[in-house]
Amino acid sequence: MDALMLDGNAVAGLLQEVFGTEMTTALETCAGCGATEPIGAVHVYRGAGVVLRCPHCTKVLARIVQGPTRTWITLEGARVLEIGR
Amino acid sequence: MAGTALLGRLNWLQAEVADTVAETPRTKTIGFDVPGWPGHRAGQHVDVRLSAEDGYQAERSYSIASAPDGTHIELTVERLDDGEVSPYLTDELREGDRIELRGPVGGYFVWEPALGGPVLLVGGGSGVVPLMAMIRHRAASGSDAEMRLLFSSRSWEDVIYRDELERLAGGGLTVVHTLTRSQPEGWSGYTRRVDKQMLDELGPPPSERPLVFVCGPTPLVEAVATALVQLGHEPNRIRTERFGPTGG
Amino acid sequence: MSFVSRGFHGRRREDADSARVPPGQYVTPDFPVLSAGPTPHTPLDRWDFQITGEVDEPRRWTWDELRELPSEELTRDIHCVTKWSKLDTVWRGVSVDTLLDGIDTSAEFVIELADGGYTTNLPLADVTGGKAWIAYECEGEPLAAEHGGPARMLVPHLYFWKSAKWVRGLRLSAVDEPGFWETNGYHNYGDPWQEQRYWGD
Repeated sequence: MDALMLDGNAVAGLLQEVFGTEMTTALETCAGCGATEPIGAVHVYRGAGVVLRCPHCTKVLARIVQGPTRTWITLEGARVLEIGR
Repeated sequence: MAGTALLGRLNWLQAEVADTVAETPRTKTIGFDVPGWPGHRAGQHVDVRLSAEDGYQAERSYSIASAPDGTHIELTVERLDDGEVSPYLTDELREGDRIELRGPVGGYFVWEPALGGPVLLVGGGSGVVPLMAMIRHRAASGSDAEMRLLFSSRSWEDVIYRDELERLAGGGLTVVHTLTRSQPEGWSGYTRRVDKQMLDELGPPPSERPLVFVCGPTPLVEAVATALVQLGHEPNRIRTERFGPTGG
Repeated sequence: MSFVSRGFHGRRREDADSARVPPGQYVTPDFPVLSAGPTPHTPLDRWDFQITGEVDEPRRWTWDELRELPSEELTRDIHCVTKWSKLDTVWRGVSVDTLLDGIDTSAEFVIELADGGYTTNLPLADVTGGKAWIAYECEGEPLAAEHGGPARMLVPHLYFWKSAKWVRGLRLSAVDEPGFWETNGYHNYGDPWQEQRYWGD
């Protein structure tokens, strides 16, 4: 456990801006351990950018960097995203 | 309701301070009128953005404290002494001032009357804020869902919404406090951090399959979530929201 | 005119010498904590520092061995890409020159490797010639875990994400290998005076 750790709720606004829809209820499946969780429940760290990690195995699910005119997102560890429509 | 709150582009809106209320020595509730506010659900957040004259900006996310109420929303902010945003919100903002916000955002940590009960709410400090939105929404909508709040504060003076919680309690809402640092004379309630035994005593038991919302500092959330699972609560019925030290 | 929040200044120092503050940066009295992952807690008796890759023979120091190497105290300004700068921070650590002394390499690049999997890349020339250190003290105290202790890289002439917290080794390489942030939007080199924050800057 890390006192600096937050969860997906803390970046709900950022994720909605990036994906154009509410994302904390979207489901991700970890490419490492296979666990599926709502994005609201995944662990979030704030470094130079935002890092989403699997709450079960701590694998990096996604990295997000926002510049003034562009956003970069790598979904390296999220094998599946299930997004409501 | 859900549709309007969920869909569409997230725009920065200008919110005007309608009133402020000191809740405790360290927390203040700020009411805003937000023209264009699409409505919200209990437990959702807003992103707040402050801009200095030279273009410097700071952004934070806050839970909404109020039940859905047209274009009016309330935020309850804890003043962090070394914070950058919270001291401005609690000390500087006056009626008529404007700030920028966008939202509502989130949907995972949300309770609606249609979800029913029983509901167990566990809050630490200002972690009670989104839980209070749920309690207020339950009352305002006339829901009879059974709801229990276990609320951890440092002292009796630090209990946010103390009087209102007392008024709302009863009729299916149970409020239990634990005071972890100091207690008023004659206090017979809990005096320790939330633990497994406390959660077991308060219930509802896992057999009733309560929906559980836990919000507070990360150490509290981790301890409570672990204890709940050990008691036999279903992990997928436990929703958590963590506050970090970077929230200032 | 853009929106201004009346009376909002942020927690910034207004008295800083502007010649020391790179473009777009704000000077803070604080030392913000930024982390890409959980804080590792490697016991010192299992901690080591390795130089690997394009070298004749990999080198390894235990914690005690590292602490026996000659160290330097230095005062430097640090600049985070998230726009805060902190002036006159005082560090103690071992120069990377000391660690590379006597190593024969054809490498032109280096990758910093940290506990927890974080990586960041830079030209070898940016960690030699008195430009980079393995730092284990800050402001006269052992470096706190939240700031990268027991030891972190200190490469103060580049944005601070190039100074890996919890550093455990350097891999020398003939080719440039973009690291954790450099592969996702942040600039490959990161010179704060050129404001090289993002790809294409």
